[in-house]
Amino acid sequence: MTLTRFVSKNAFRNKRRSILTILSIGGSLLLLTFLITIWRSFYDSKPSEESAQRLIVRHKVSLVFNLPSYYRQKIHALPHVKEVVNQQWFGGQYMDDKPEHYFAQFGTDPQELLKVYPEFKLPADQLEAWQHDRAGAIVDVGLANKFHWKVGDRLNITGKIFPVNLELTIRGIFTPPDPTQSIYFNKDYINEGFPRLKGWEGFFGVLADSPDAVPRVAEAVDEEFRNADRPTKTESEHAFQLGFIGMLGNIKAFIMSICLAVVFTILLVSANTMAMSIRERTREVAVLKTLGFTRNSILGLFVGEAVSLALVGGLIGSLLCYFVVKAMASQGGMFTGMEVTPITIAAALVIAVVVGFASSFVPSYHAAKVNIVDGLRHIG
Amino acid sequence: MAIPLSYNVRNLRLRKSLTAMTALGIALTVATAVFIMALLAGLGRAFGSTGDPLNVLMLRKGSDSELAAGGVSRDAMQVLKDLPGVAKNSKGEPLVSGEDILVVVMPRKGGTGETNVTTRFLTPLGIEMRPKIHLIAGRWFTPGQREVVVSSSINKRFEHANLGDTVHIGKGDWPIVGIFDASGTAHASEIWGDINQLVTDFERTVYSSVLVRATDPVAALALKNRANDDQRLELNGLLEPDYYASQTKSGAPIKVVGWIVAFIMAVGSCFAAANTMYAAVAYRGREIATLRVIGFSRPSILTSFMLESLLLSLLGATLGILLMLPFNGMTTGTQNQVTFSEVVFSLQMTPVVVVSAIVFALIMGVLGGFAPAWHAARQDILSALRD
Repeated sequence: MTLTRFVSKNAFRNKRRSILTILSIGGSLLLLTFLITIWRSFYDSKPSEESAQRLIVRHKVSLVFNLPSYYRQKIHALPHVKEVVNQQWFGGQYMDDKPEHYFAQFGTDPQELLKVYPEFKLPADQLEAWQHDRAGAIVDVGLANKFHWKVGDRLNITGKIFPVNLELTIRGIFTPPDPTQSIYFNKDYINEGFPRLKGWEGFFGVLADSPDAVPRVAEAVDEEFRNADRPTKTESEHAFQLGFIGMLGNIKAFIMSICLAVVFTILLVSANTMAMSIRERTREVAVLKTLGFTRNSILGLFVGEAVSLALVGGLIGSLLCYFVVKAMASQGGMFTGMEVTPITIAAALVIAVVVGFASSFVPSYHAAKVNIVDGLRHIG
Repeated sequence: MAIPLSYNVRNLRLRKSLTAMTALGIALTVATAVFIMALLAGLGRAFGSTGDPLNVLMLRKGSDSELAAGGVSRDAMQVLKDLPGVAKNSKGEPLVSGEDILVVVMPRKGGTGETNVTTRFLTPLGIEMRPKIHLIAGRWFTPGQREVVVSSSINKRFEHANLGDTVHIGKGDWPIVGIFDASGTAHASEIWGDINQLVTDFERTVYSSVLVRATDPVAALALKNRANDDQRLELNGLLEPDYYASQTKSGAPIKVVGWIVAFIMAVGSCFAAANTMYAAVAYRGREIATLRVIGFSRPSILTSFMLESLLLSLLGATLGILLMLPFNGMTTGTQNQVTFSEVVFSLQMTPVVVVSAIVFALIMGVLGGFAPAWHAARQDILSALRD
């Protein structure tokens, strides 16, 4: 009988207990994987190649203040700047205020947008159609699938921030590398209904000529407008996105504390099970010792058992989480674009193994140390 | 006949470590649930307690946020002052306050980043219309001066938000001359300054909002409807409490993630509780059989084990609530999804939260304990005695 066979036989001796333990650990690991996934999508996401080359220029005080449109030419003239596009967040409402109908709408310049965002794939004929229709819009393919939009469909957006209601026609469907949950339309449309916005922009997207030039461009832009009436704040697109997450509050501490609680719970559950099953087997340990098994090999048997239980639980939990997150991501909303990566699963499994090891070490150590005569006399 | 409860208590005490570990597992789950519920309760309180039912908030037609572009014109404000049903103060001035909202970026304490803070500009009349707000340090801003007062939560949560510090708004530095206590209302997330100075600095031609105080609730409704129906004014009138209540939706992300977390943790804890109870039943096979022989019925054994499981979860609930007690009243912030600035609120372990937590734990106890208890009650007497 090999060591692995001995471990697996013992692990499933009390099937009900093992299954309950595995399910309990599995549930906790599912949660842990879920939290790690959220964490990674917030803080650990690597900007794509194009994104690493892009910057966002906004008003220094806050996004709610506008910048003059002529800043675009000024920014464009700076060294290392390839393209600049103006954007205005519209903040309108589609259908009703239910969160599942929420997506972002940006007023922009159809001639320039795709120069700054070359990774958005849009058929050339659709781009041309959009550029020729002032009331046209292009939509993210994810949104198009979700709402069953087709090219040519009408799209009515009620203005909540601006006193303008948009009646758009979908002229194109673009495919971005990562879901954007956004639609783009011609910003002039807002100006027509709200002339005060004419000559003003919400923010600028800037494409630098290389990722290395990004910090220099940021400095140059802010320097350019330092003493202007409306100073700017320029940061990489990635930093800009992280800023939004920061506003949600202290998410890091929130996730960390729950992760700790979860890990501690698994530790308790696992230690509990191992303590129960080891106590039952005190006499067996004595027999094994009589047969010539060393202390270390007995320790290995028990620890191996706990680790394999935790590992199975972890595997079930993290794989389940993979499918749960996949299902949630396809629903749209706040989970869009989230994915459980193999690295996340590996991290969860490592935690499972460590917890399994930690939980079983103390009871196993005591069991392995037991005096043969006492052990044989033990009534479990 | 029922088995006395002391039997269960003694059994739990007999296997101390097993009981303690299971209860601690449940406690952590309960603590997480309490944490999430207390966050939501605090957020609900911040918005639920803001606004007087006699106050009507006037916004630009089509907008439902004070931060929206465009606003209430000076002319409309004059019309509002003369409407019937508008209350007057002791000096005979109509209680109508034109206000402006700006957002400034401030660094949080402890280097956790910058965030938007709502800055409200108003007149002393506007302060008078909010009797829940009172000064705790310094003085109110002087009209016509670049001066601001900050709420006590802003003072605690942000760098450079003490008396004597300055806030940079638009063209100049505005010194902080006072700190006010907002009694847990949404104004706890705000900085207040003088509107006339702001109008001069920013050349604002419209107000973000106008707050109108009615003489009685009927007049408040009438004022709201009057404002909405009058095409000339182009206003969207809202009762002040309704406006703030609609902002509770800012807690939606916490709610969604929080409930998923609590649910999965609860499932895990149910299995753990079941495990412990199965062990309890397994150890006591002979004992249970003896009880049956003495004459205790199957239902009474089932009840007894269910009670034991409930006791275990109750212990866990108590532990969990105690664990969270030090965090009661802790202030934290999230983003207000209506004004895009930080809303400060505190963890509130209200009676509802505590009772829900206990019920939550008891449900775990029932779900985890039923199968083992059923198993105990169905045991075959003869084979169990022989064991």
